[in-house]
Amino acid sequence: MSKEFEMAKVVSQKELQPGIFSMWLSCHAAKSAVPGQFLNVYTKNKEKRLPRPISICEINGEKGELRLVYRVTKEGSGTEEFSKYETGEEVRILGPLGNGFPVEDFKDKKVILMGGGIGIPPMLGIADCVGKNATAVLGYRDKNTFLTEDFEQAGTTLCLASDDGSIGVHGNVIDAIKENKVEGDVIFACGPTPMLRGIKAYAKENGITCYISLEERMACGIGACLGCVCQSKDKDHHSKVHNKRVCKDGPVFLAEEVEL
Amino acid sequence: MASLKVNFAGVEFQNPITTASGTFGSGMEYGEFVDLSKLGAVTTKGVADHPWPGNPTPRVAEVKGGMLNAIGLQNPGIETFIERDLPFLHEKHAKIIVNVCGHSEEEYLNVVRRLATEDVDLLEINISCPNVKEGGISFGTNPKGVEEITKAIKKEAVQPVVMKLSPNVTSITEIAKAAEAGGADGVSLINTITGMKIDIERQSFVLANKTGGMSGPAVHPVAVRMVYEVANAISLPIIGMGGVETAEDAIEMLLAGATMVSVGTANFYNPYATMEVVDGLENYLNRKNISDVNDIIGLVK
Ligand SMILES: Cc1cc2nc3c(=O)[nH]c(=O)nc-3n(C[C@H](O)[C@H](O)[C@H](O)COP(=O)(O)OP(=O)(O)OC[C@H]3O[C@@H](n4cnc5c(N)ncnc54)[C@H](O)[C@@H]3O)c2cc1C
Ligand SMILES: Cc1cc2nc3c(=O)[nH]c(=O)nc-3n(C[C@H](O)[C@H](O)[C@H](O)COP(=O)(O)O)c2cc1C
Ligand code: FES
Repeated sequence: MSKEFEMAKVVSQKELQPGIFSMWLSCHAAKSAVPGQFLNVYTKNKEKRLPRPISICEINGEKGELRLVYRVTKEGSGTEEFSKYETGEEVRILGPLGNGFPVEDFKDKKVILMGGGIGIPPMLGIADCVGKNATAVLGYRDKNTFLTEDFEQAGTTLCLASDDGSIGVHGNVIDAIKENKVEGDVIFACGPTPMLRGIKAYAKENGITCYISLEERMACGIGACLGCVCQSKDKDHHSKVHNKRVCKDGPVFLAEEVEL
Repeated sequence: MASLKVNFAGVEFQNPITTASGTFGSGMEYGEFVDLSKLGAVTTKGVADHPWPGNPTPRVAEVKGGMLNAIGLQNPGIETFIERDLPFLHEKHAKIIVNVCGHSEEEYLNVVRRLATEDVDLLEINISCPNVKEGGISFGTNPKGVEEITKAIKKEAVQPVVMKLSPNVTSITEIAKAAEAGGADGVSLINTITGMKIDIERQSFVLANKTGGMSGPAVHPVAVRMVYEVANAISLPIIGMGGVETAEDAIEMLLAGATMVSVGTANFYNPYATMEVVDGLENYLNRKNISDVNDIIGLVK
């Protein structure tokens, strides 16, 4: 049997901004993970049965550690439970799940990373791999940014936008990419669906290859329940309809592969 | 060592534990966690005579005591199922219960006919899916309709036919009797109970379909009651399901009168659930000095 649940150990936990947490986990999953893949994280509260899918933010394969950066959605939620975990505590996880970004294929190319809000963390894992070759176009709500130093440390050029204009370009990541005339051979993106729709259109207009990471409600996370599908342009190989499974066929897709 | 072997409608199974349709795919994904040959059988996701896309998303939601789903029977159609999924299950030496769905009598019959020459052990006919507009539950909620569709399927089926019943009815025993009158070889119950979840922040439905089928631990007592009632109303064997997550839950089903028991939603949060149920059942029988699982089926009167 090739897949296994495991008990990961919390290495550290830190609140980056109010309600945004960063947690490093020591786990076997770190050995094979690539940027864009995710973990199913299970709560200790037995009343919450379904997994919380969380993208892998950073990978330290040598130390066997993974970083998750996540937003606490509300009081009493599963993510709130995660935010209370202390160093040494055990967490039940399954992963790495899904397909990541094809980072290796673009190692020597100019890469544009586009992240909005809680879609920013998975971009950092790519920045760690491509560093100087990347420009990160990051969209925040306001000047309460997170992870920007980490991107700088990776050697990535930063280009910020905020909804209220308190930092960077006033507007969204599309406004920022246009205003700063950011150029590149490929876009890797993660964020809310309207943003991804805009990025897909922008990439098409400018003839740039574009990969996006999608979100959907999940029950199994491994491709069995068919809960998490997105609409795909071509017939999917599983059900021969136009429904790719975000958990198994994604969460990263070639933008033109999917209807948003 | 207790014997776990059961005979369901003339077919031998090494133990009474199977998977609830739609929660285990065709075994490919969970086959990475458990040895499929150790299950009594794999019950596959509903299959129709052509591919179905299912409902719009979101189509799953977590709720207290379980989950709602409104998948709407997405499936690749019988041809792909026969080409891809059946050979996989045969290679894994799994016994196979194929769950069949359709929008019309003809669609059910197309699948049943197509399976006539295939090596599968039982057919489970889903006349109780709450998530499709035509077919599904509309067949399963009136006794006359159930009797007719059962008769029509029995005429064409080569394998034993198990009718899967809906709990969304006033009297499940009436429906079970209709299936028996139609010539069914067994019944399975329960399918999901229609439910709804509202997001109070967005002030809208969580599921795109508005309603979804409730499954998981909260439905277990309802399922046990219905298995008990049906077991006392008809003489056909029963596959019991609904909220089974542990061996204890499965043993309740057996005591209530089920010959086989399916593990469903529990797979999603514990991919080893089926194996734990098999092992736990064996331990229970040994602890109670019961040599044969058949001795506890329907024991509680
Ligand atoms: C592939 C993928 C990667 C993700 N990566 C991240 C990440 O890196 N950081 C982060 O903060 N969030 C991420 N999310 C969103 C995260 O899964 C949800 O915020 C989280 O599940 C909410 O759980 P909760 O207990 O706080 O909320 P609740 O509302 O109590 O959750 C109830 C149920 O709904 C599900 N759910 C609620 N919101 C979402 C959502 N947006 N997407 C999918 N399921 C949801 C939960 O998993 C749970 O089953 C990701 C989602 C997906 C699908
Ligand atoms: C995601 C999901 C998909 C399902 N799909 C089917 C299906 O295709 N055919 C069917 O007869 N029942 C289907 N069911 C119902 C289950 O087989 C079972 O009857 C029900 O979930 C109760 O068992 P449980 O509480 O152990 O899950 C589905 C249930 C779930 C949760
Ligand atoms: S979450 Fe079950 S198939 Fe994707």
